[in-house]
Amino acid sequence: MSTSRSSAQGNAPAPKRWGRRIFLVTAAVVGGGMAVGAGFISNKLSSNKSFRLDAPAGGGSFGAWLTIGKDGQVHVAVANQEMGQGVLSTAALLVAEELDADPALISASHAPVHAVYANPTMMLDGLPFRPDDHGAMASAARWTMDKLLRALGVQATGGSTSTRNTYLALRQAGASARAALVAAAASRLGVDAASLEVSAGKVIHKASGRSLGFGELAAAAAQVPIMGEVKKPEAFRLIGKGMPRLDIPAKVDGSARFGIDVREPGQVYAAIVHAPRLGATLKAATLADKPPGVLQVVTGKDWFAVVAEGYWLARSSLPKVQASWTDGPDAAVSSGEIFGRYGAALDKGELVNYETRGDLKAAMDAARSRIKAEYRVPFLAHAAMEPLNCTVLIKDGQCTVWAGNQAPTLVKWYAQKVTGFEADRVQVQTPLLGGGFGRRAEIDFVVEAVEIAKALPGRPVQTIWSREEDMRHDMYRPAALSRFEAGFDDKGRLTAWHNRIAGPSVTESFTRRLLPDAMGGMPDKTNAEGATFLPYDLPALRVDHALVPVPVRVGFWRSVGHSFNAFFAESFIDECAAAAGQDGVTYRRALLAKSPRYLKVLEEVARLSGWDKPLAASAGGKRGRGVAIAESFHSIVAEVAEVEVGEDGQIRVRKVFAAVDCGFAVDPAIVKAQIASAVVFGLSACLHGRIDLEAGAVKQGNFSDYPMVTLASCPSIETVIVGSDAEMGGIGEVGTPPIAPAVANAVFAATGRRLRELPLRMA
Amino acid sequence: MKLKINGKESEIRSAPDTPLLWVLRDELGLTGTKFSCGVAVCGACTVQVDGAPVRSCVMPVKALEGKSVKTIEALSPDRSHVLQKAWIAQQVPQCGYCQSGFLMAADALLRDKGKPSDADIDAALGNICRCGTYPAMRLAIHQAAEMKA
Repeated sequence: MSTSRSSAQGNAPAPKRWGRRIFLVTAAVVGGGMAVGAGFISNKLSSNKSFRLDAPAGGGSFGAWLTIGKDGQVHVAVANQEMGQGVLSTAALLVAEELDADPALISASHAPVHAVYANPTMMLDGLPFRPDDHGAMASAARWTMDKLLRALGVQATGGSTSTRNTYLALRQAGASARAALVAAAASRLGVDAASLEVSAGKVIHKASGRSLGFGELAAAAAQVPIMGEVKKPEAFRLIGKGMPRLDIPAKVDGSARFGIDVREPGQVYAAIVHAPRLGATLKAATLADKPPGVLQVVTGKDWFAVVAEGYWLARSSLPKVQASWTDGPDAAVSSGEIFGRYGAALDKGELVNYETRGDLKAAMDAARSRIKAEYRVPFLAHAAMEPLNCTVLIKDGQCTVWAGNQAPTLVKWYAQKVTGFEADRVQVQTPLLGGGFGRRAEIDFVVEAVEIAKALPGRPVQTIWSREEDMRHDMYRPAALSRFEAGFDDKGRLTAWHNRIAGPSVTESFTRRLLPDAMGGMPDKTNAEGATFLPYDLPALRVDHALVPVPVRVGFWRSVGHSFNAFFAESFIDECAAAAGQDGVTYRRALLAKSPRYLKVLEEVARLSGWDKPLAASAGGKRGRGVAIAESFHSIVAEVAEVEVGEDGQIRVRKVFAAVDCGFAVDPAIVKAQIASAVVFGLSACLHGRIDLEAGAVKQGNFSDYPMVTLASCPSIETVIVGSDAEMGGIGEVGTPPIAPAVANAVFAATGRRLRELPLRMA
Repeated sequence: MKLKINGKESEIRSAPDTPLLWVLRDELGLTGTKFSCGVAVCGACTVQVDGAPVRSCVMPVKALEGKSVKTIEALSPDRSHVLQKAWIAQQVPQCGYCQSGFLMAADALLRDKGKPSDADIDAALGNICRCGTYPAMRLAIHQAAEMKA
């Protein structure tokens, strides 16, 4: 990890281009680029014709998205899963806007599993094209994928897509229900529909002073086949303004029901233990003397569980189980060895090229000076506050699964697979999620829970992972290694940029464990995103990557590849700024002259943070300020961090300023809350987070050795939303990528030391 | 043994060394108190014992004979507690899983300090929130203290 001005070129051999090896018709993409075999799809194609929610007694169903009760209660079925991002409320807001509903009479809950609630946006975003590529191949791929994905009907939450994916569908549903209510009222009152107005849950005939509530009209209106017209933006009362979140009251009195809170009659509890080393399998597990209340030991390929009448009894019986394991080939693997593989892959130079601009070799050869640097990040666990858990009842040929999950369709498919039941005999209930961050898009914890419940037919079994199991058997954010070389011309201008990244493919790891019959060897967006399509005016650039398989399961972790590539690229651009003797904002400003949308976000964060005013000195240590900017999920976020580095080397982040352009902000308060959330999430990774592999096992096991930012270490966070007419971007993840580089750049400004590895350590 | 929980005497059947958390959740059906770390680090399981915040995941129920336990379900009957009002006003929770523990710790803090300083809040609430609701929470605690005054 050294920076040196190099005279040797050291260019890697010309990389292979995947460009035309395209996979249009037989592949679909899930969660950032999963390729699925055509045979698998044809088995899963579901009828996506029409779906209507059940009407409440005396009320009406208005299709897949909402019902209205005879009491006037509007209920919205939400395709996405609530894990803190406020999606239940945003969905309700969109319907309420178009309906002109009474805000006091609106509620929302998770929709049932059905293809109509599919999330093709998430998967389309995973295609390896730059966001503004509207060329023939990209357009054809998107069109084909869209058709395929809608038919496949995977309902899932990820990729910061919830609002983008349902924005129009929910509004259209609300507008059509409104039109139907007006038509029903016109008929009831014997007046022209055009003479009616709608306000706060009532249809009003101003001329006569008569009005009818939604509840009085719902049953009749639900029979009216009519398409309504969505509002023009100037008529919005809620969209762009926001409303109080619907889920919050139940979250301040303990009544909010998460997966772990499911309580069914006769319920029992399972405590589970997974193989102590990567790739090991279970030989045998026996419990000689079952204490009263302990029901059974259930075993799987690489786990065993004790089922008992209470969780504590099950958990405290685990150490009494005699278990033996067979080690696999990776029993000795360590993080150090994995980084060795990464380095070797980059040294070897068999890389896949992801992006090229200009003639890099010529630009490097012509450069007056060059700098090089190597960066790395460790594996990370998701560590949602609610440990993984899943409740399953298999009874009378029916299977019910209660799981806080991000992909109900996958939960259903896998419950079917384990039970052998047809689709109509498997029900999936999704309670609230106590955090997801990508971990609950996986189905391992569901499969195991269904297998356990299969051993106890007729009894609801709740399987709960301990924190240690949750942390040691995660699908980790991959560790990654990144090397840069930059070249400058004789005026000091940045003229050449070469970035090479090594790490595993999240896509491939996810695909292999979820869909074993899927195709492999696809180009991978997850490993390169955040390193590619940089907005900077760089005349010659090449981004190459080496996909290095690792024996660790890797998965989607809030902002995925952006979580490390933004740290790498935005730190290295700061090194270029330092080489040019400029501050981070001034330097980026010049490089963004041709990217007005970015430039505006940068200027806004500079203004908000008072970048031009010097920081006051502090007795507590050396102070510094750093900036970073990153686009992810179609939104641009710039952040400025103010840090203080103590004599003891302790890094304290005192203030964070953020500017975000997510196109149109539907609910500004939620946008700001998500930015703050993502900043804190990224800050825990920046300052503390590391998962180390030692002798085939994960070393860390709990918050004591995988610490988090707390109230005492949390900076103040101020966010400004930069309005733009760009297409709507995501918001749940987009605040995470810039925080680590902003802090690292601030540490450099404070101390002159460039830290190139996360978590940041002065010593 | 008998345990006084939320003002009511309950007969407890769980083994005496069972942590209070699991007695609350599995035996008494009080699921508002959450399990997260199991080692008294994260504070999601915080309840009050005789008014003081206690991490129930490591508190054997046998140690609570004759003491009074209060859980989130009894913070108020109708979300009228100043902290609940402030939490709603500041729109604090996101996923919401850790919030019961924070509220029980914050309630004990307000009783102790009246108008806590930022440093008081930092010292009293070492709980973990993965959604990063800390800035909103800090505002809400100050707001609740104002409402109470």
